[in-house]
Amino acid sequence: MMHRVASRLLQGLVAVWAIYTVTFVLVIVMPGDPFETEGRRISPAIKQALQQRYGMDSNWHFYVSYMGRMARLDFGESLRYRDWTCNQIIANSLPVSVALGTWALFVALALGVFFGVMGAVHRRTLVDYATLAVAIIGISVPSFVIGASLLIVFGIMLGWAPVGGWGTMSHVWLPGLALSLPFMAYIARLTRLGMLDVLGSDYIRTARAKGLPPNDVVWKHALKNAFLPVLSFLGPAAAAILTGSFVIEKVFNIPGLGTHFVQSVLNKDRMLILGVVVVYSGIIVLFNLLVDIAYGWFDPRIGQEGT
Amino acid sequence: MEQAIPYPARRWRTFWRNRLAVVGLVALAVVAGACLVALPWSARHYNDQVLEAARRSPGLAPPIGTDILGRPMWARCLFGGIVSLIVGLAAATIAVVVGVTWGALAGMAGARTDAVMMRIVDILYGLPYILLIILIKMAFEDPLQTALGNAQLANVIILFVSIGSVSWLTMARVIRGQTLSLKAQPFMEAARALGVGPAGILVRHLLPNLVGPIIVYATLTVPQAILQESFLSFLGIGIQPPVPSWGNLASEGVTAINNVESFWWLLVFPCGLLSVTLLCLNFVGDGLRDAFDPRTRS
Repeated sequence: MMHRVASRLLQGLVAVWAIYTVTFVLVIVMPGDPFETEGRRISPAIKQALQQRYGMDSNWHFYVSYMGRMARLDFGESLRYRDWTCNQIIANSLPVSVALGTWALFVALALGVFFGVMGAVHRRTLVDYATLAVAIIGISVPSFVIGASLLIVFGIMLGWAPVGGWGTMSHVWLPGLALSLPFMAYIARLTRLGMLDVLGSDYIRTARAKGLPPNDVVWKHALKNAFLPVLSFLGPAAAAILTGSFVIEKVFNIPGLGTHFVQSVLNKDRMLILGVVVVYSGIIVLFNLLVDIAYGWFDPRIGQEGT
Repeated sequence: MEQAIPYPARRWRTFWRNRLAVVGLVALAVVAGACLVALPWSARHYNDQVLEAARRSPGLAPPIGTDILGRPMWARCLFGGIVSLIVGLAAATIAVVVGVTWGALAGMAGARTDAVMMRIVDILYGLPYILLIILIKMAFEDPLQTALGNAQLANVIILFVSIGSVSWLTMARVIRGQTLSLKAQPFMEAARALGVGPAGILVRHLLPNLVGPIIVYATLTVPQAILQESFLSFLGIGIQPPVPSWGNLASEGVTAINNVESFWWLLVFPCGLLSVTLLCLNFVGDGLRDAFDPRTRS
């Protein structure tokens, strides 16, 4: 197990490095000068001084030195927001996105699994069709429309939630719900399919035959196996939830990482682009590692040496 | 009785029996047909600004109302449909070309090459596609614009390429898995034993057996790409105005809804068309998967 975790961690590091390199190349290819924003011309001498100040006089040098800084978790100074380091910007906005994303993932997982199990156990009943309806909305309506609709109904008409902003617990639940809906729908369908598969298998029949409480059979014995497809969906889902949160953050006016993701590229703020990308992919890699470890726990056949 | 029917025909028969998929296909044909038939008119009128007639509600003169600048919504919705569908089709085409090549080569090569190629797919999978799309857009849009001399065309092409560049990953994974399992089958061994070269095996024996999954996942790529374009439009980096797409119409519509005065038709019509199309594409894709994907064969 330790060996497996170590090798996964190494692979993850290589992945982060590869993402850094690809992003770096795209950032360098990008036309326009990071120091000449909005058509403002600056004299060659000043430009050279600026480039020297930010260590950007040679691309190769910048590539290597920035990699070294990042290894020490120092992401440099923002080129656009003077007096701000990338670390400060990220430290201000990342926790917001992560809090929103974690909450959404939790909601999607809890409700998705619950609805999926209920749908499988009570096939062709109201519960089953209700999850199908949510799944249909989840795949066919863009999340910004879902978000805006929820905002109008719960925020403005009913007044159950503040209409955007961030800070208290009451700010979290509505955007979290909007963000989680498509994933909840997908998890519910996955769980339902898996459960239908497992509930027909021999060991479940045995468990029932020897008189185990029906709830235990469903929630302990069957779910543990039916959960595997959901678990392997969680890795990509976490990446998609963090990405999707950019859209939701804009709908609900939440000061998360999303704005910087888009804005740093539009600003040609090289340091911030690279910093944000590396932090983001680091989180994804770590999360995938956790999913991997959890996988070994759910399915003991995996995780042995040589897999 | 069933055994007398040849394999592909049996598969199609399964598909046609799937009521949801057939309904989806018909509805899709209606929406796409309407967009196509109206194209000569919608292409001419989608940017007709009549400021005195701004925000007119649906009625007789403009059938489904006008937008903030007095442009007729019917023309914008139908022309936007063409744009969105082309985005989807372009992404699916790229997914087929790149994904199938990548997956089949990785599967055929096996060993180290396979491992490296699939690791690359894993890495791209972990990247947020929005970021990749923005970066590609920023890096290549301006040069292309100067090369083509047409800002709108450059915008659309870059969008195709960047959405396509993230849409081939699922296809590559599926095709590689299929290739691996096909490679182990006796007929492939027979072909190798008879001295068919790698190229011959790939073209004559492998690809014909991959047609099913290719059709399935190409169909499922289309709604995904359309949805991605709508997210990009919402973030202000999708299809640029005045050219409409269902995505940017819907995101304009979202901003036009408030509790003082709702211009509901700005949201309901484009979003409705978008949702119906996505739903139908998913139904058709699921139906094709149930019929053609060997992994779900029961």
